[in-house]
Amino acid sequence: MRGIAAGPGCLQANDWICGEYVRTRSQELVDATLQHIGITVVSVVIGLLVAFPLALAARRWRGAAGPVLGLTTVLYTVPSLAMFALLTPVFGVSAAVVVTGLVLYSLTILVRNILAGLEAVPADVREAARGMGYGSARLLFGVELPLALPALVAGVRIATVSTVAMTTIGSVVGYGGLGNLIASGMEGFFKAEVLTASVLCVLLALIADLLLLGLQRLLTPWTRTQRPGRLRTRRGARTAKVVA
Amino acid sequence: MDAITGAWQWLTTAANWAGEKGVWHRLGEHVQLSAVCLALACLMALPVALWLGHIGKGGALAVNLSNVGRAVPTFAVLVLLTLSPLGTQGDWPTVIALVLFAVPPLLTNAYLGMREADRDVVEAARGMGMSGPQLLLRVEIPLAYPLIMTGIRSATVQVVATATLAALAGGGGLGRIITAGFGNYDTAQVVAGALLVAVLALVVEGALVLVDRFFDPMRGRRRGRRTAREAGPGAGPGEVGPGGSGRSDASAGSGRSPGAPGSGGDDDVVALGKLA
Repeated sequence: MRGIAAGPGCLQANDWICGEYVRTRSQELVDATLQHIGITVVSVVIGLLVAFPLALAARRWRGAAGPVLGLTTVLYTVPSLAMFALLTPVFGVSAAVVVTGLVLYSLTILVRNILAGLEAVPADVREAARGMGYGSARLLFGVELPLALPALVAGVRIATVSTVAMTTIGSVVGYGGLGNLIASGMEGFFKAEVLTASVLCVLLALIADLLLLGLQRLLTPWTRTQRPGRLRTRRGARTAKVVA
Repeated sequence: MDAITGAWQWLTTAANWAGEKGVWHRLGEHVQLSAVCLALACLMALPVALWLGHIGKGGALAVNLSNVGRAVPTFAVLVLLTLSPLGTQGDWPTVIALVLFAVPPLLTNAYLGMREADRDVVEAARGMGMSGPQLLLRVEIPLAYPLIMTGIRSATVQVVATATLAALAGGGGLGRIITAGFGNYDTAQVVAGALLVAVLALVVEGALVLVDRFFDPMRGRRRGRRTAREAGPGAGPGEVGPGGSGRSDASAGSGRSPGAPGSGGDDDVVALGKLA
């Protein structure tokens, strides 16, 4: 492995780190990164939109909880390559295959975390809101959801980071974002392409995680001010513990 | 529905099961590779995790390993190892990648299991005069058993899935049937391979659930203890576990990193999402 000292000849030498590669193929890298971000964002957003009603249903009807959680767990166990392969005949070779697979995986974490967050809302808070005349919709969106937000965002963070990583496998159908570059780099034995794409992928995951953490801080200012009073935060933290 | 009848035809064709590229051979490769890598990962991770948990140190390591591991794409690691000098060494790139991704769930869950073992019970055992090894073997490990097994289960699911991906980087295993199908635009084969992989993963997971129940040292006793401790409505979120196993699982908790490692190890929650 040669270091960063890679000069202009690094493409010919097939070095792992190659500035010339990044310069000459910058458009390719940008396109792949944008596709990667697009697939991840669409998957997580759809995942949230599907997971939320599922979590509500699982909470409302005890009988629904078992099947919902059981089914998402079964889906979670299916290896991603198999999942994408199974979805290919349904959607043809398209980005929909990758997005659908990633949505199905994100459901497991999202449903469990939303459910845990909602169930952790103290019963007396719920009673108080009801006593103040809150209807069930207002109770949900005005009281329960904000209190469940830390658990929800925790779920979104896990789902997002693992979605970023798994998007690469979408390269089997040609929609893997940076994974496409990893795959083509492997075929051409092009080290710089593989390493650059891999590093970008990890960076993308870390940046997404930090952004979501920042978002959570913004949305739940009370969790910051309450730090000294450990009691409340500890309780919230314990209940945010969820199953895979 | 064409795809399903096609896959069925593929699966019922005897020729597809025999020979070097047949299902039996690929299944054998897959199972053997997964088993070897899982055993290696357990040998490496469990002693370290149990020891760290016993002495109560290294929490930050155990927790962060999982958080970092989640951000690294398995596919990228497989390809990087294949292109590295190791790539010429047969199965080694795959073995290393598989072990690498099996270690975090094992380490993190076992460590947390040890730390979450009821401190009062551990203190009582120490007060009764148990020595370090006695404490470890007779109190802490039995109490940590659920999470240790959870770790083994997530690691196994992980290894089976990653072994499938190995086909993308030129390795063997059932994934090869899928990639070969994609290569030939043979949808029937793609779907058939995917079904085989999915069934293998589910069977392995199911078998582990049974093994887990069978060897549980607290079999029949745990539930009583839990309900006593977590009585009340909407008790522990651990109760929503898959298959009603009713336990908390560290492998996908809140993505929160611990505020102060070592302080109150019982709510250091770690998360490990799906990796492959």
